[in-house]
Amino acid sequence: MNSSLTLSITTFVYGISAFLYLVVLVFKRQTPGMLATWVALLGLIGNTAGIVMRWMESYQMGIGHAPLSNLYESLVFFAWTITLLYLVIERRHGNRVIGAFVMPLASLAIAYASLSPNISDRIQPLLPALKSNWLIAHVIACFIGYAAFAIAFGLSIMYLIRQNESSGKNAMIERFPKPQVLDDLIHQMIMFGFLFLSVGIITGAVWANSAWGRYWGWDPKETWSLITWFIYATLLHAKMMRGWHGRRIAYLSVLGFAAVLFTYFGVNLLPGLHSYGAMGQ
Amino acid sequence: MKEKEIDHDPLRHNVVWIFFASVKLTVVLLLTLAATSVIGTVIPQNESPQAYRQAFGDFLYRLFDVLDIFDMYHSWWFQMLLLLLTLNVVVCSVDRLKATWKIIFSKNPTFNLTRYRNDKRKVQRDDPRTVEELRPLVKNLVSRKFTYYRQEDAESGFVFYAEKWRWTRLGVYIVHTSVILLLIGGLIGSIFGFEGFVNIPEGETIDTIRLRNSDKLVKLDFKIRCDDFDVSFYPNGMPKEFRSSLAIIENGTAILQKDILVNHPLRYSGINLFQSSYGELPAEISVATVPEEIGLAFTSKETGMVYNKKVRLGERVKIPEDLGELELEELKDEYDFRGRELGPTLIGALTQKNGVSVEVILPLRFPSFDRMSAMVNPQRSDAVLITIEEIAANPEENAKRYYTGLQVTKDPGVIIVYTGFLMMIIGCIITFFMSHQRLFIEVTAKGKKSRVTVNGKANKNKLGMRRKVEVIADKLTESKRRD
Repeated sequence: MNSSLTLSITTFVYGISAFLYLVVLVFKRQTPGMLATWVALLGLIGNTAGIVMRWMESYQMGIGHAPLSNLYESLVFFAWTITLLYLVIERRHGNRVIGAFVMPLASLAIAYASLSPNISDRIQPLLPALKSNWLIAHVIACFIGYAAFAIAFGLSIMYLIRQNESSGKNAMIERFPKPQVLDDLIHQMIMFGFLFLSVGIITGAVWANSAWGRYWGWDPKETWSLITWFIYATLLHAKMMRGWHGRRIAYLSVLGFAAVLFTYFGVNLLPGLHSYGAMGQ
Repeated sequence: MKEKEIDHDPLRHNVVWIFFASVKLTVVLLLTLAATSVIGTVIPQNESPQAYRQAFGDFLYRLFDVLDIFDMYHSWWFQMLLLLLTLNVVVCSVDRLKATWKIIFSKNPTFNLTRYRNDKRKVQRDDPRTVEELRPLVKNLVSRKFTYYRQEDAESGFVFYAEKWRWTRLGVYIVHTSVILLLIGGLIGSIFGFEGFVNIPEGETIDTIRLRNSDKLVKLDFKIRCDDFDVSFYPNGMPKEFRSSLAIIENGTAILQKDILVNHPLRYSGINLFQSSYGELPAEISVATVPEEIGLAFTSKETGMVYNKKVRLGERVKIPEDLGELELEELKDEYDFRGRELGPTLIGALTQKNGVSVEVILPLRFPSFDRMSAMVNPQRSDAVLITIEEIAANPEENAKRYYTGLQVTKDPGVIIVYTGFLMMIIGCIITFFMSHQRLFIEVTAKGKKSRVTVNGKANKNKLGMRRKVEVIADKLTESKRRD
């Protein structure tokens, strides 16, 4: 049993969980609901085990480092943060319908890592620039932030679907949380994500300053993280100071998550320092 | 904000002030910054004009050049957007701080009794205990959970007002100050700082560096010597570690010695030295690396034969075919040949067949030099020509020589920027997750029993506050359920 196998199984488990949440959404049954939660928890345990095993394996190879150093490892960690954060929210709010919009995102992240032929799951030694404790803080903070934004995105899609269907009496949509609750949850998630995105950008800047002698260099990844920050900052100001709510906030949240995805994946197509996060490594 | 009064401050009626105090402007500026920032990530920055001209054609090149697209983050219009944002943040904060300040530093917080009573969202519970039985319970709860409370008598009962975290209203100003600090720190860095680089061969000392993106030289207040450079690799060929042993030299003495690695720079008197690159020096022979034995090849003109011989300094060797004798007399660091510097050179005396002794010049860098110089020396017969075959007899002594590439920066703004970083994190935590919470609890007699009314408000996270009000109401009247 090695980390790759564990994480492949986790991919499968997350897939089942996401499917069960979709069943809950469509058929409103208690049993698959409970099952979905337990399967998600099982997946989270497998995901955790996979990360820990990979960490230990790297030490056995004599190149020990935290498994947060390339695209594969970051996607695995992304799935982990989304699932963990989602399960906390489910426990606090007791609404499983949200899972149908969030667990597929976690499944997609880990499935992309496991199944894409362009992403290697080989454990590789660290380049000199990556040998820094700031790297660990930077990656963890960024992905907690990204996970919160991913959940806010799922909630925003729910909000938009709900608002568009308000006329007809659709039983499925009746099970969605109330619009005010969704709106509030989106806001909470974005504040949480914004804090961690800020911490991520800051730890990244401090790291860059110790590795390259400048804390900010307008590298495309840096710039895109700032663009993301600008969008969510806009959202927060619009909401708190101008009283925006509902649909407009949901659209901004979707736009923000698009920027997150571009910061994460799109930037690798552009030239820059963060190329180690790119494909084929 | 309900606290709006008639303000006689003339500043607030100023058109410019009103313009910059608007959050609408903030939204517009943030979105404009987001949108324009994209440009510089799509068009690579600071490349050569030729490359741009080739990529975009003449017209677009000139258009982009005028708009400073090729260095857009330092362009006047981008800097102006940042300046507008700064003004916006400052004016907005000052504009609102006055009202916030009043709330935070009022000695006796005001509570609007009727508003809490008439609010539909209040939570009301009946409790079998009497008013006086409940009083210590309420007091205990508010004194534990809130930092300020006040008790007042009410009709057939009592009222408690409590509140906490009034100061968290300042959180947003901490965040805004942090943004301003970041911009000021960046500005200070760009005015008083520099970013340069220097290559130092192992064993050598420098005191001047070259600035990036310009060819200007900057002389440092001290000298940097590179004592050693090492690069190590993983078995798969990826670089593992770059290590430079540096010494800082002031007034001729090394006052600081440190190994620097990537992520472990050396900081000295405001200057930071970062491991940035490295390279191999072109094979260069110095006197120190010349081994004792030198392999020479003697070419006989008559037979075309080549004889290889190891020759030691000071030793006299016979050349085969009775072509004469050669003695290597000395090794010179430098040798000037008709105005040309030849570097380390062996000087020998060749006693030719005819008995005439001539000087032979064998520069180590130019192994075939004798073939040419023999032609121009009238005393020299060309019966034998000498070439240097090998000097690297001992590979260790002639090991690869590296130079280390250092990034040299000075940024007095960093401390301000880092202060800004810290303030931003603290400010965000306060602004997002802490709120000024106010609670109202009224207990009135209802026959022999009592009626408990709980209400509260917070300036943020209002849903959370409503939940809290429910929880407090439950706690105070929980005995009811036990009955």
